Amino acid sequence: MPPTLAVPVIKNRNQNRLFKVLSDVMSRPSGAIGLSLVVFHLVLAVISPFIVPFDYREISAMLMLKGPSLEYWFGNDHLGRDIFSRTLLGGREAILVTGIATPIAVLWGSFLGIFFGLVGGRVDEFSMRIVDAFLSLPWILKMLVLIVTFGTGIGVLIPTLAFFYGIPVIRIARAATHDVVARDFISAAKARGHGRIAIIRHELLPNVLDTLMVEGAMRWSWMLLAFSSLSFLGFGASPPTPDWGLMIADARGFMSFAPWGVLAPVVFLSSLIIGINLTADALAKALGIDRIQKAPV
Amino acid sequence: MLSMLLRRLSLGFITVALVSIIIFTGVEFLPGDACTAFLEREAQGKLLENCRRDLDLNRPAIDRYLDWASSAMVGDLGVSVNGQQSIAELVGNRMNNSLLLAFCALLVGVPLAIFLGVITALWRDKPIDLVFSTAAIFAMTIPEFVSSTVLILVFSAWLGWLPGIVLTSANASAAEFFPEIILPVIVVAMVMTAHILRMVRTSVIDVLASDYVRMATLKGVPYWQIVFQHVLPNALLPAINVVALTIAWLLGGVVVIEVVFNYPGLGRMMIDSISDRDLPVVQAIALILATVYVSVNLTADLLTMIANPRLRTLHMRK
Repeated sequence: MPPTLAVPVIKNRNQNRLFKVLSDVMSRPSGAIGLSLVVFHLVLAVISPFIVPFDYREISAMLMLKGPSLEYWFGNDHLGRDIFSRTLLGGREAILVTGIATPIAVLWGSFLGIFFGLVGGRVDEFSMRIVDAFLSLPWILKMLVLIVTFGTGIGVLIPTLAFFYGIPVIRIARAATHDVVARDFISAAKARGHGRIAIIRHELLPNVLDTLMVEGAMRWSWMLLAFSSLSFLGFGASPPTPDWGLMIADARGFMSFAPWGVLAPVVFLSSLIIGINLTADALAKALGIDRIQKAPV
Repeated sequence: MLSMLLRRLSLGFITVALVSIIIFTGVEFLPGDACTAFLEREAQGKLLENCRRDLDLNRPAIDRYLDWASSAMVGDLGVSVNGQQSIAELVGNRMNNSLLLAFCALLVGVPLAIFLGVITALWRDKPIDLVFSTAAIFAMTIPEFVSSTVLILVFSAWLGWLPGIVLTSANASAAEFFPEIILPVIVVAMVMTAHILRMVRTSVIDVLASDYVRMATLKGVPYWQIVFQHVLPNALLPAINVVALTIAWLLGGVVVIEVVFNYPGLGRMMIDSISDRDLPVVQAIALILATVYVSVNLTADLLTMIANPRLRTLHMRK
């Protein structure tokens, strides 16, 4: 059969498969909840600037630490700013930064991982030692050193997150490659006389991709965690940008008598991260991958 | 067995050596050095010259690296730029506090995680599993500063049961940290329990599906005897590795929790020294934490090997 004929068939199957996986995810209660939360937050991030009732920068001495009211649904913060507006807007920078950094991290990490997995030998052995060395340092130390040196703008945060969160992906992609290469269908393809590139494209990649998709979802949630933690510590989003991590840090001091300042961003941030994790879990189950969670990194 | 041990040891040593090179060159390539960071705006002319001479920064990088690495190996980590104190002493104090926090969390977390992990696996997909597995996802994924903040709000601000912040000084004795340490321990133990629980659950489920368990069932061995004699010993081995990773995380990764509770551990020292750009301290902490990471993982691998005869022979045949 000429290869031109085979291509549309494969494409069609892929589309069907994507649909099947998605409906499988949606058919699990956790997947349905998770995916709805993620979609809700993504939509909110896009439309929030047009629907917020107040300017997020508007300071008012009269409204300082006022509780929730009919006009200001979530109350006001220590500068009298509307917490409802700020909470709706609070995920935008985090989603933007991690939304760009995650694909970059997964791409370069899996590229190198698959490469090392296929090449093997000395190069692989040595590179894995370097990966180990990077992994043995706490994430916050690696990132903070760069951020403190180069500043906290988006232009620094995105490459920093993309770089450091790509390193563990190398390991995952390499392990997945080793896993697939040992399977019978690869030997079969070799025996059929397919070229290296063809085998990689048609046999290896589709199989590794499943693992990488789940890994990508996980990376995203960890990156969000990292970004909001950095914001909380004062190294992520910078004021007056509304950001959940930053809002929680600001409101913490007044928490005993004005807890609404903490609660709104806490609920929003947690719901997004839990949503991503539930989706990743359901996705892993739908694709038949065990998502073994190791210790926190 | 001995050659295996030597191989693992040398690999671990190579990793630590690579870390030290990465740390050193990293700091070397970043703009500015310890002196420009310390002197800030006055970093010019005579002052800068003197400082660089005092800290020996004018010698070639390779010389300085070898000096630093060889004295680090015998425990001399140099002096901090800001306080001119011995880093080994500064870090030692904080290390003790971090170890105290880690020890308490392990004491609570590991037995609880193993217990819950086994329970959720044995009653897989039953209500008890759903409750704890979902709780584990929550505990694992909610940012630590969020859970800490909520716990402080509830137990400290509203109920007034526990102090929400640690006010004890860095070099106090272990006993003085109670009861302030309780809330940080709860947060740390929560995250940790969630991770170990999931790992234990997966591995118990794997073993339950294995041929030898099916064999024992077919032979008519009572259920609980199978669980205690066949399943648990095999299923709990992988937990050693997770606990090892957790120990490394407990010492270097709980920065945010330490900041929230104002706990004087290694993590907060790390943040402070990075903000102050006290580079010698940053280098020292990075090296120590990397060494801890490598050595706990190595220990875990060796323990697993000793406990599991199959792995032992597998490696010998290689």
